[in-house]
Amino acid sequence: MARLVVDGVSKWFRSNRADVQALDHISLTVEDGEFVCLVGPSGCGKSTLLDIIAGLTKADDGSVLADNVPVEGPGRHRLVMFQEAALFPWLNVFGNVMFGLKLCHDISGKDRRRIAEEHLRLVGLEKFSRSYVHELSGGMKQRVALARTLAPDPHVLLMDEPMAALDAMTRETLYGDMQRIWQQRRKTIVLVTHNVREAVCLGDRVLLLSPHPGRIREEFVIPLPRPRDINGAEVSVLAQKITAALKGYMTAEVAE
Amino acid sequence: MKRAMAVMLFFAGLLAVWHVAAASGRWSPVLFPSPEAVAEYLWSALWDGTLIEACGVTLRRLLIGYAIGIALGLPLGLLMGSSKLAEDTLGSLALGLQTLPSVCWIPLALVWFGQTETAMLFVVIMGTVWSVVIATDTGIRNLPPIYARAARTMGSEGIHKWTRVILPASLPYLISGMKQGWAFAWRSLMAAEIYVTILTGFGLGHLLHYGRELNAMDQVIGVMIVIVLIGLLVDKIVFAPWERMLHRRWGTGLARG
Repeated sequence: MARLVVDGVSKWFRSNRADVQALDHISLTVEDGEFVCLVGPSGCGKSTLLDIIAGLTKADDGSVLADNVPVEGPGRHRLVMFQEAALFPWLNVFGNVMFGLKLCHDISGKDRRRIAEEHLRLVGLEKFSRSYVHELSGGMKQRVALARTLAPDPHVLLMDEPMAALDAMTRETLYGDMQRIWQQRRKTIVLVTHNVREAVCLGDRVLLLSPHPGRIREEFVIPLPRPRDINGAEVSVLAQKITAALKGYMTAEVAE
Repeated sequence: MKRAMAVMLFFAGLLAVWHVAAASGRWSPVLFPSPEAVAEYLWSALWDGTLIEACGVTLRRLLIGYAIGIALGLPLGLLMGSSKLAEDTLGSLALGLQTLPSVCWIPLALVWFGQTETAMLFVVIMGTVWSVVIATDTGIRNLPPIYARAARTMGSEGIHKWTRVILPASLPYLISGMKQGWAFAWRSLMAAEIYVTILTGFGLGHLLHYGRELNAMDQVIGVMIVIVLIGLLVDKIVFAPWERMLHRRWGTGLARG
């Protein structure tokens, strides 16, 4: 079953100085339980596309279907993990994970606490449930953000460069954790990144976007078995291939 | 312990200098009373009830005026923070009136309300409300947009968004605005009490004023000390716990700690 169907989505950013087309007739389908990575250089509109899928931004043309229902705004079955952890400093770690759960009116109060504790264990932060956000490292913050987005049990997880602000060591640990969690929970995930290796390491499919205007240029299926090692040879070979393709579109654009 | 010792030593030293200067006889004791004379005044005023009563009258005015100021300022600030039109209109008004020293409201208050409690309250409210309005507005405008976006994706909207996201997120601004509002309220009330005699209540400002009329400098200095102590006490009891809470949660102010 298709969880997400993006059909002919276009988006312009209008200002007094210029009209910029950010997205040009983007179409893609994401199956249930699939991990899809959108890769492209900055300015290719990949974050905008994610915002449109999330319902935070309206498309100027085209449509997005989530579970066969047109997306009109944000919904609890499409939760977003942002580049900055976007955790709330006035709540402790537990409170942050509870925030989304408390907005799920079909879950009872007792279950909410249990689910929150479960997800903190899942990301390995059960000992930090009473800590405040500023007491956590960057990697721990993103783990809390992951727990917060997973806890309400959304159908789709949308990740907007969640690793971009982390150091390499932390990132590598998180790649391992994310693969483990994804294999356990089988969520549908759309991840936006400019890091080709990251995309190859995590995704079932990698979609290549080029900028000005943002278009999907190519699709790569990643058939490697999991868990994958970001430093492994197979990941490197595929990442090189995709990077070469990406460079091709960049030079072609400069030549135009 | 060491810090408490240092503080005690500092104030003991200050008292000693004062004592020696007063005992030197260079200045008339009427103009420059000794610390003993001031303590004596405070002691007697404490026991005959004047001081307690004056404190009660002043604090009651202050608390009522301050509460009304916040009750008006908070919603106005929220309105300004969420509407461009309110920001352009109310915002410039608030900014202008905030720069007006609150003593300047006294003549107007006297003409409008006469020598009444209402006049006193009016001055305190005018001292409080504009800084609360501006702090609330600033707090909302400086919210990192990512908080609102994250909350929106999780389904927070309407009342929930305001009470669970926007208000708590702007808490650092709200607290500093309320603290500033308190400082302005305190100053404007003292000015009003010194400036205006009213029959319904004899506050600390009035004690100060009559101390001057009677040339009783022990009373003037004694009341000044009481006013300082109240200010310090409110800071320590009311605002310090809030600020500690903010520091603990937001992780601000750690460099000094």
